[in-house]
Amino acid sequence: MVSPILELSNINKSFGHVHANKDINLTIKKGTIHGIIGENGAGKSTLMSIVYGLYQADSGKIKVSGKEINLKSPRDSIENGIGMVHQHFMLVENFTVLENIVLGFEGELIFGKNLKKAKTDLKNLCDTYNLNVDLDSIISDLSVGFRQRVEILKSLYRGAEVFILDEPTGVLTPQEVDELFKILRSLKEEGKTIVLITHKLNEIMDLTSEVSVMRQGEVVGHTKTENTNREKLAEMMVGRSVLLRINKSKVERGDVVFKVENLTVKDDLDVTRVKNVNLEIHAGEILGLAGVTGNGQTELLEALSGIRKVESGEIYLNDEKISDNLGLLNPRELKEKGLAHVPEDRQRMGLVTDFKAYENLIFGYHDQEPYSKSSIMKENQILDYSKKVMEEYDVRPRSPNLMTSNFSGGNQQKLILSRELNENPKILLVGQPTRGVDIGAIEFIHQRLIDMRDKGAAILLVSVELEEVLSLSDRIVVMFDGNIVGERVNKDVTDRELGLLMAGVA
Amino acid sequence: MSVVVDKSKVPWWVSNLIVPLVNLTLALIVSALFIFIAGENPLQAIKLIIYGSFGYIEGFAYTLYYTTNFVFTGLAFAVAFHCRLFNIGGEGQAYIGGLGVFLVAINFSFLPVSVVWLLAIAGAFVFGAAWAFIPAYLQAKRGSHIVITTIMFNFIASSLMVYLLVDIIRDMDQMGPHTVALPENIWLPTFKDLAALFGMKIRYSPLNLSFLLAIAASFFVWFLVWKTKWGYEMRAVGHNTQAAIYAGISPYKNIIIAMLISGGLAGLLSINEILGVHHKIVSGFPAGYGFTGIAVALMGRNHPIGIFPAAFLFGILYQGGSEVTFDMPNITRYMFVAVQGVIILFSGALENLFRPQIESFFVNRLNRRVEA
Repeated sequence: MVSPILELSNINKSFGHVHANKDINLTIKKGTIHGIIGENGAGKSTLMSIVYGLYQADSGKIKVSGKEINLKSPRDSIENGIGMVHQHFMLVENFTVLENIVLGFEGELIFGKNLKKAKTDLKNLCDTYNLNVDLDSIISDLSVGFRQRVEILKSLYRGAEVFILDEPTGVLTPQEVDELFKILRSLKEEGKTIVLITHKLNEIMDLTSEVSVMRQGEVVGHTKTENTNREKLAEMMVGRSVLLRINKSKVERGDVVFKVENLTVKDDLDVTRVKNVNLEIHAGEILGLAGVTGNGQTELLEALSGIRKVESGEIYLNDEKISDNLGLLNPRELKEKGLAHVPEDRQRMGLVTDFKAYENLIFGYHDQEPYSKSSIMKENQILDYSKKVMEEYDVRPRSPNLMTSNFSGGNQQKLILSRELNENPKILLVGQPTRGVDIGAIEFIHQRLIDMRDKGAAILLVSVELEEVLSLSDRIVVMFDGNIVGERVNKDVTDRELGLLMAGVA
Repeated sequence: MSVVVDKSKVPWWVSNLIVPLVNLTLALIVSALFIFIAGENPLQAIKLIIYGSFGYIEGFAYTLYYTTNFVFTGLAFAVAFHCRLFNIGGEGQAYIGGLGVFLVAINFSFLPVSVVWLLAIAGAFVFGAAWAFIPAYLQAKRGSHIVITTIMFNFIASSLMVYLLVDIIRDMDQMGPHTVALPENIWLPTFKDLAALFGMKIRYSPLNLSFLLAIAASFFVWFLVWKTKWGYEMRAVGHNTQAAIYAGISPYKNIIIAMLISGGLAGLLSINEILGVHHKIVSGFPAGYGFTGIAVALMGRNHPIGIFPAAFLFGILYQGGSEVTFDMPNITRYMFVAVQGVIILFSGALENLFRPQIESFFVNRLNRRVEA
């Protein structure tokens, strides 16, 4: 019998009317990787924030190694051996790795002996756990994957026995995910305990030995991972059975709607990111663009939607040239021509999070009737319209006057989708439509995209989730290092083949 | 450890009324301490402030006269701020606005009076806006920080006006750095004139018809920022420039528009000062109203509904303060500059000092009531 390192009993926490955690009981055994899975808003992050001392529970007990403790701040939890790797890293960008790790624990006024000792200790830790981090590099020079390792190293150095990782793979490339999993496994072998918060079923199945499922603030299931499967977990999370792979009918594709010829695009640092790309998208077709993050997809999408300057090449919509190196049409004119764009990063680009929901629902269409007339916004019309689409897209809560930042990621994404799909675009550019979105919403979003295709829209789907590309696309192209390195018809391609193309090997 | 408050649960009246009131009370307590140390009775001082600003009709008129100035400069700052531009240049824009008022009024004084007034308002707005245009252009096109450029433009405006007032447009029949007076028929009617129409006899105060213009300007700003496409686009650029570009909204255009309107509103201050009070350009007439307007806007949460009472509060302080310095020998004019400073400190710079505690206090209390 393995002794429990962390025991939570009857934890309750409310925010106003929302009961975020209801009578949570959870036991985490020492030396295991324990998954906590649930949709966005199920209360996972709240629970872990309580364990890390960021929030105080309204009631309930927390025991670490059998001893009841009172967590008032993260410092208390660090002292009790609990470390947390946040979704958004808490690092000082212009400090070195070493400086970040000793921050707050320097222990001397002028750096000298202690810092040297810290450096040797950290080197040893790096070797033991294969972390492979250069302690003297500046954080801003490091990739996301390495920054995450710095966070892990920081917790290790502070003596953490339990590591809480909140959605650790959301920002990583597939290779980085593999590396992270290796590190987590080696931590486990050294007797550390890991709590993995995620909504990705694959990660749970690959990595954990035990899993707890949360739904609407409660733990609804607890099982050994070997006794369950993806379908069962998904059903527990959502509370009903879920289609993991969407059913789509066969549709006869129409003429070419959107054509890209010899397109070359540079990024802000003047590096060529899209190299001589050619694409054709037909009406009634979803063209999937697969690839590892950072191979030019972002710049391609931005160029196609008129946000980024085209270096050379041409873009045609229904045989009309809409863009070349002279930069013909701006995003607003493109919208009028029937081009819609769901951007990759919804909070950075797709939404103004400090706007109310109804203001975002017309964002980019705000100067069209009936939303505005002679430069005056027609608030009543906008509100009526907002209520209608929020109903139709099941946006929760259905409050058009609520600040957008108060909606969950999935619901924010629905706000964008409803806005972009409602204009019945001829060509729809979609970037990472389900990044950070929970399973129930993913199913909904996928179904909407298929419906659009069935209605005859041409869709370009850019996604780093291979699963998603395979599930939705009719045709797939793979992008590597700014080039289109392969094109396949979906029905006769394998994961393996695409994976090799994505890695630039094939 | 800082207090984490769920912002969506905070009632509007807590963040918009209670928090400013707490900050204000604290500022008054600290100010009272100053007055006490200076050897005067703080309660007596407060009585004098209230008497000076409300106690008699001319005093109250003075309060509203100051309010007028603060409304213009407060609104000016707020409009730019909605586009995330920190326009520190209200002072200079108001000064140059005065040049517009004077040039228009003196050259068109043969037209019907109401037409001259409208032209003068346009002159104030256009000149103020023009002075804001250069920093706006430099920010939009070159990325020169608007705080730096607008501060520098205050100095440039000041030097330029001194040069003009000494060498070019001075009333050459005398030595002082000011222009000739405008013809009396185009002066804005004062409160005294208006009261006389209703048979009331009161003494002179600088309050004039511009007060109504300040009210109109408040409505204009509210309508512009929250009801028009321009306001929507300005706010979009202010909150998230990347998203604005995605939606086809030009940050360049909106930075320019926001600054032009901001500069124009600051320019309107000179309608009050020149067409209403001095009737000529006198050197240094903006007298710091442009800077105080920043505090007014911050205290009023950049919304006309907040700016108006905040401007009124500063009006009370200005007017009541002069009453105090008149009656209390130990309190100098500079004492009251310090008091204003304390208020600006608490309601501007230290605005978030107690906000989390106050908000979480109310959120917790309200929750308890819901559960009970």
